[in-house]
Amino acid sequence: MMNAAPDQKSRLERLLEAGHFTVSAEVGPPMSASADFVRKKARSLVGIADAANVTDNQTAMVRMSSVAASVLCQQEGLEPVLQMTCRDRNRIAIQSDLLGAHALGLRNLLCLSGDHQAFGNHPQSKNVYDIDSIQLIKGIRELQEDSRFISGSNCKNPPRFFLGAAANPFADPEQLQYIRLHKKIEAGARFIQTQCIYDVERFARWMEYVRRHGLDKKTHILAGLLVNKSVKSLEMTKQVAGMHVPDELVERMKKASDPQEEGVRIALDTIKGLQSIPGISGVHIMAVGWESIVPTIVEEAGFLPRPSLSEVEEANA
Amino acid sequence: MIVAEQKPIDEILRTLDGFKNVLIAACGTCVTVCMAGGEKEALKLAALLQMRDADMKVSVVTPKRQCDMEFVEEILADAAEHDVVLSLGCGAGVQFMSGAIDNKLILPGLNTKFMGVTQDIGVWAEMCQGCGDCVLEQTGGVCPVTRCSKSNFNGPCGGSSDGKCEIDTEVDCGWQLIYDRLEALDQLQRLYQISEPKDWTTSRDGGPRKVHKKEMIL
Repeated sequence: MMNAAPDQKSRLERLLEAGHFTVSAEVGPPMSASADFVRKKARSLVGIADAANVTDNQTAMVRMSSVAASVLCQQEGLEPVLQMTCRDRNRIAIQSDLLGAHALGLRNLLCLSGDHQAFGNHPQSKNVYDIDSIQLIKGIRELQEDSRFISGSNCKNPPRFFLGAAANPFADPEQLQYIRLHKKIEAGARFIQTQCIYDVERFARWMEYVRRHGLDKKTHILAGLLVNKSVKSLEMTKQVAGMHVPDELVERMKKASDPQEEGVRIALDTIKGLQSIPGISGVHIMAVGWESIVPTIVEEAGFLPRPSLSEVEEANA
Repeated sequence: MIVAEQKPIDEILRTLDGFKNVLIAACGTCVTVCMAGGEKEALKLAALLQMRDADMKVSVVTPKRQCDMEFVEEILADAAEHDVVLSLGCGAGVQFMSGAIDNKLILPGLNTKFMGVTQDIGVWAEMCQGCGDCVLEQTGGVCPVTRCSKSNFNGPCGGSSDGKCEIDTEVDCGWQLIYDRLEALDQLQRLYQISEPKDWTTSRDGGPRKVHKKEMIL
């Protein structure tokens, strides 16, 4: 079991600081209490991804807690990025869970608003949203730096996370989304994972803005992409609010004789496109419902082998 | 105003089971305007109840407000002559009448929805959650607590698309409305500062609330 020392930086943080192009993936916890499910998924990504997001009841479906599943991943040797949403917990519960997460050795934290519960399997539940994602990032950054909880009261041994946030280059209103990106970085987001990118050209325009304002120097931009295995999955993705899937891509998938192979090719083409854009520090591969394809993509994209931490430390020394 | 809508007739009939002498109390203020519990709706409901149950005797009274003793006093005598009172007031009206008429059951005939406005003929929309600490001066007169599905204070989530909220394409994104309004007023700079976590003690989260206007209290 790899437990980080209290002051130890995460692998993701160290790789990014050393200037490595990182590869991250996702582990979606099960809608069950099965530890084996998480362990198996985690094992398949060891040596493939530098870290993996462990989602927090994504699409508002009840799943194993992201803290618990993150610890299971850590035990298998896969570094987790703990996701924490503002949907289900007030500021008391969020801070409490994060104290516990740090105590259990978790070091990466991605702060999110969370999908509204109207999407999930408990639409009858109460809507918390006591604080929003920007207030969460700022609150935890201040907890870490000033040893003070959100209320202002003292915390003797504060946690220390590598803090991140999400950004959607395709959401509206465009100008306000840029303002939000500035705010997230100002609040303390040291890495930004983007919404899934299908339209590389449009994402490149977003990155132009990021570079023009020097934001890629203040934070690490990790470009997100989703891998689809069928026309249906691509069409469903297109329906999700805030997702931008160009029609040509759906057509390309429809024409393909082997949609799975085409899905992989689309992902590889997207990665190639992303690598040509300056200012990106890594890719974040989401393969919802098709996690087993991630090793193939990482290998075919030429990302293997992943750097070992000792290599990084030596290079730094 | 407080916006409400009438409960389904079958539910009302179930709650009236066993009562044969019913007083429907309409309310002359908010619920009259939103056409849920005014005199017109009360008379219509009375006719409907009698159609469904020929043995039921139903009368209607319409105090100006059910949330004020001055007006509830006017119907005390009517209430005394009936087995039960079916209130077409909002939840506050039902509770106030329950306090004023202590020997009678006051049944709710409406579901109270929200504080809102008449948006169109026959359409009412929620505008205020009574959080107790108004921030409309910062957001161009559009409430983020009420009109953003996640009550975000620092702009829209990633689910805002074409001006609509991620929960439903029929729901406007509150932050798109805030943005449009501030842009039109050339006040977008108001959105650059990070909004700190809200103090919800002024809201319902601080427990049931009261307002004291000292100079009025004898």
